[in-house]
Amino acid sequence: MKYAYYPGCSLEKTQRGYDESVREVFAALDQELIEIDDWNCCGATMYMSVKETVSMAVSARNLALAERMGLDVLAPCSSCFTVLAKTNRVLNSIPEMHRDVNEALAEGGLAYSGKTAVRHPLDILVNEVGMDAILRKQKRSLDGLKIAPYYGCQIVRPDKGFDDQENPVLLDRLLGAVGGEIVPFPLKVRCCGGMLMTTFEDTALSLNRDLLACAVQNGAEVMVTTCPLCHMNLEAYQDRINARYGTAFALPILYFTQLLGLVLGVSSQRLGLDGSLLPLGKKLSTMTEAAYV
Amino acid sequence: MGTSTHVLPGVMSATEATLRRIFLDQVRHIPAGERIKRCIQCGTCTGSCPVSYAMDISPRQLIALFRAGELEQILQSRTIWICASCYACTTRCPSGIRITDTIYALKRTAMEKGLQTQAPHVQRLARLFTKILMRYGRLHEGSLIAAYHTRGNPLKLFSIIPLGRKLLRRKRISYLPHRIKAHAALAKIIRKAEQIDMRHTEDKLEYSPEYVGYRGLGELRLEQRKGA
Repeated sequence: MKYAYYPGCSLEKTQRGYDESVREVFAALDQELIEIDDWNCCGATMYMSVKETVSMAVSARNLALAERMGLDVLAPCSSCFTVLAKTNRVLNSIPEMHRDVNEALAEGGLAYSGKTAVRHPLDILVNEVGMDAILRKQKRSLDGLKIAPYYGCQIVRPDKGFDDQENPVLLDRLLGAVGGEIVPFPLKVRCCGGMLMTTFEDTALSLNRDLLACAVQNGAEVMVTTCPLCHMNLEAYQDRINARYGTAFALPILYFTQLLGLVLGVSSQRLGLDGSLLPLGKKLSTMTEAAYV
Repeated sequence: MGTSTHVLPGVMSATEATLRRIFLDQVRHIPAGERIKRCIQCGTCTGSCPVSYAMDISPRQLIALFRAGELEQILQSRTIWICASCYACTTRCPSGIRITDTIYALKRTAMEKGLQTQAPHVQRLARLFTKILMRYGRLHEGSLIAAYHTRGNPLKLFSIIPLGRKLLRRKRISYLPHRIKAHAALAKIIRKAEQIDMRHTEDKLEYSPEYVGYRGLGELRLEQRKGA
């Protein structure tokens, strides 16, 4: 299958490991990604707090570009995924908003029908490519690596989508099937605070401490994420959490596509693992070419 | 805390009426937004919220205050700006109320009226975000965070240097923002959409001060239907 790829701003640079691993995994599974030419920021949660029609129009420009390509959108970032899907929902249920947004898009020579589907890579990998195809291409087992699967909030909420909202299981199934051992992780959909790390740091540090403590106490050797915001908070602020709470967390945080890439035999550098801020740990290092950090 | 003064029970001040009109107009654009009328005050939202402990008004109280005609107090709260938009409340609300989307509508109403809130720094961040997007078409995290701290607490800049250096060493930071080719066209789209947003606010529906509580929303919908 072919998808209109929407990397989003975080994946361009600070979270290049997600972008690189999504591209590698999809290529390894014979799925074609065509990046939407000249895409713009989806507006994220910030624009939605300022102006309504503007936030919808900014997001809809990307959907209009994808519509021209005649392809479904693939959006790995949870925030982009939710914002783009929400735009669809609003435009399809409030005709007045649809008309207004198209009036704005026309200024840029664009129009949008509201019909471009927005998909997340986890959904595509499990429900379209399928576990059978992935297992056929498997080159290596995760060999009992203990994984805490962290879904975050925005790929399963607010509306019923491709997985359960309270207890999603696709990551568990996907990584369990390729040899990972999924540890109990009851906080799998609890919020990491997102942008609160910038605006209410104390609150965000506490939220992330809870997530790390839950994973580590349940024996996790690695936590996998599906979202650049979760990833940034859990990875880059681990030292600050340790300093604040007197903990000694050293839990590697990986994108689920990075682990899957290793399973499919892609080199760790091509999966952006050289960009990790934390040591990968003993077991993971045996699967990568270098220990990094 | 709120500055709205009620002349009589069930009669709202002029400020409250204006704020309510803007807010209800925003709610009208939320799919299933009118379900706010169905709140049974069960508190599932507050119990599900991972940050309710840090709020000054809980999500449940927020709806109760809206019902009581105290929108101004809600708009000045810290609550609406601490919501991280995780949608746990929305998913669990037994009445199907779109709480997170409603909080977005409250944020927009507060921004619209330039209300003094207890979290001006979040509003500053949101404004900077929109400026960067207008200029480049994409977000550049480095520029956003640097501008945010420079205008707020410049000393904070020092605390982010170690992280910046780590990211730089791993090729995870670009010095300059990427500007999209169609930035001029995007700016046109944004300006047009801004005009449309203005139109929404200026479309003043006749609003009688006796519409306290949920009635306001019902009447508003009725007017819309008649107009259509």
